[in-house]
Amino acid sequence: MDRGLTLDQVRISRGSWTLVDLSCTIPPGGVLTVMGPSGSGKSTLLAFITGTLAPGFRATGRVILNGQDLAHVPTDRRRIGLLFQDDLLFPHLSVGQNLAFGLRPGGSKPERAARIAAALSEVGLAGFESRDPATLSGGQKARVSLMRTLLSEPCALLLDEPFSGLDPALRSQIRALVLQTAQRRGLPMLLVTHDPEDADAVGGLRVMLGA
Amino acid sequence: MLRAVPVLAGAIMVVPVLAGLIGTALPAFGHFPAAGLAGPSLDPFRQLLAWPGLWTAVRLSLVSGFAATGLSLAIVALILAGWSGTRAFRWVERALSPLLSVPHAAAAFGLAFLIAPSGWLARLLSPWATGWTRPPDLLIPQDGYGIALTLGLVVKEVPFLLLMSISALSQVDAARSLTLAQTLGYGRVTGWLKVVFPRLYAQIRLPVFVVLAFSMTVVDVALILGPSTPPPLSVLVVRWMSDPDLSMRLLANAAAMLQLALVAGGLVVWALVEAAILRTSGPWIARGHRGRVQSGQRLLALGAALLVVASVFAGLAVLAVWSFAGPWQFPDALPDSLTLRHWIRHSEGAAGSFLQTMTIAALSTLAALFLALGCLEAEHRHGMKIAGRLLWIVYLPLLVPQISFLPGLQTAFLFGGLENGLGVVVLSHLVFVFPYVLLSLSDPYRAWNPRIGTVAATLGASPGRIFWRLRLPMLTRAMLTAVAVGIAVSVGLYLPTLLIGGGRVATLTTEAVALTSGGDRRAIGVYALMQTAAALLPFAAAIVIPAWLWRNRRGLLHG
Repeated sequence: MDRGLTLDQVRISRGSWTLVDLSCTIPPGGVLTVMGPSGSGKSTLLAFITGTLAPGFRATGRVILNGQDLAHVPTDRRRIGLLFQDDLLFPHLSVGQNLAFGLRPGGSKPERAARIAAALSEVGLAGFESRDPATLSGGQKARVSLMRTLLSEPCALLLDEPFSGLDPALRSQIRALVLQTAQRRGLPMLLVTHDPEDADAVGGLRVMLGA
Repeated sequence: MLRAVPVLAGAIMVVPVLAGLIGTALPAFGHFPAAGLAGPSLDPFRQLLAWPGLWTAVRLSLVSGFAATGLSLAIVALILAGWSGTRAFRWVERALSPLLSVPHAAAAFGLAFLIAPSGWLARLLSPWATGWTRPPDLLIPQDGYGIALTLGLVVKEVPFLLLMSISALSQVDAARSLTLAQTLGYGRVTGWLKVVFPRLYAQIRLPVFVVLAFSMTVVDVALILGPSTPPPLSVLVVRWMSDPDLSMRLLANAAAMLQLALVAGGLVVWALVEAAILRTSGPWIARGHRGRVQSGQRLLALGAALLVVASVFAGLAVLAVWSFAGPWQFPDALPDSLTLRHWIRHSEGAAGSFLQTMTIAALSTLAALFLALGCLEAEHRHGMKIAGRLLWIVYLPLLVPQISFLPGLQTAFLFGGLENGLGVVVLSHLVFVFPYVLLSLSDPYRAWNPRIGTVAATLGASPGRIFWRLRLPMLTRAMLTAVAVGIAVSVGLYLPTLLIGGGRVATLTTEAVALTSGGDRRAIGVYALMQTAAALLPFAAAIVIPAWLWRNRRGLLHG
């Protein structure tokens, strides 16, 4: 079975305008960086991969994750994690409840609490369970958001400009953290960005859209 | 399952209206098996046209409808043109919002107690300014021109149209358009009327139609503030409907049909006036007059808005004073003593009516909330959108006069074996409550950030889990507000309770209006205040509950 995330002749168009035409395989722990100006179809590609493409687009081609064709799999069964630019922590839940929402079901209550505590300390936020997400700093939110995604045990990770809201110092720190934690878990990553510095920092393959 | 909800909701709005209209039309054309009559015949209409006071009744309906709508719209346009975005405006907005939920009947009673010859205004000015030592012999309210009736409608429709406008303003980019016009040298009022009002009006057109249809056909306000010999047409219908002589039913239904034609004609005339104004406004805008100095208009607008606010609040105050009043002679400004006697005397009856009112309101509002959530979630998941052309369905029960289809609906319920009682009253309330609950919930529901749903789905959450665990909790405030709106609408409904309940279901509103003829101001004060409380308390809860619930969630406290 092929491990990794494969985009097989993915072609997305709107009317007669082709936004995306792409074929490639991202190996476990590998990164594909998709670049391009706004409106070039970067987010459309991500929507296609997560299965949330808006009506009005026409898409052909296959998305294959660890050998499984995702064509008819609903978003919530695809096991593709997604990180947005804004953290999108659920404002009515505490930090711990946000992580519990992400954590796959199963395990006893203490086991689940322990996994959440371990996830928080992995990113230097031990003891933050009962905090209101609105009271966290930008970097703290980004780290909680990352761990929430990872606790759902995704098989691939999509990154939609996740670093562009952060100031430069924090930016490289969070970028390195995301990269390391995802690589440690052997996740194929697809990074969408308009910033060449991001692309240089993560290495790997690079594609330009709308060029 | 979910796909069936919008269809069901559409049916709940359309079927009663159509069935009711048919049920009204049949007796109007002489078909009334219950009285052994088989149609069709035009006799009821001949009888109606021969009724001596008919044209006065028609005139009252038309004048109060057009005057109240035109005046309310003018006040709203001027206050927005002169003050939107200023600190004074925010104050006016805050003062007007609670007025929206004050029931029509309570506001009308308050106004009546202010402007009557023995009302608070006359008392405050007598005898030192007027020389009156006894109430003057004037027919106020209930004047033959319907002026008091019109004013009673204006104080309620101004808050309604203003709040509808405020929620529409964000969609027409009002603030930046006005700034742009001002930098081009336009005065505030002229600039606003030229660049913002045309776009705003397109957004609030249906609510304006609702105001026109409602004002032409209102019954409870007309019973309190309108003339009685003859009354406006809608009151005639109710009077004839409750006549023990069954043949009067035919006359009532014919009058209800005439009322429907009047409203349809009124809406057409209003649309023609719109078109005429649109035609002349183009050249007016193109001429480029800047209209610089407009402090006079701005003061007028602010004065009118303050008058609306003051008359409702002062009206509620005088109701409160009357409900606690001991002996109170004219022209004393305040009663000799205050007493709890009237509250104690009416406590049993009022408590029973309060319970009945809240039961009906809670049941119809909960049903409306479930339907509205189902509709909006079906729109979200399956794209089944009640908007655009379909929006007319939502407005149908608000545009077709209640007085034209409720008599027939009552007949239809009886025909279908549904006895007069609580269940059918709840069902009839639902027809009017649902549109408001849906309209109130739509904007916040659609404004919910869809990427939160996407993120949750990539975390493995099913659509159901996203709905129950994320969307509903995050929309707590919007849902409670929609519930408060629904309860306020239900509490204020008079005609559905009266006609569909067959006189056997007593709510605070029907009881209060029934007290009109007796003229017992102390009893009216008690019931009108209870009615206001029943409508206002849910709004207070809609503010307090989310604030308490989310006291540790800063991200939701100001959402």
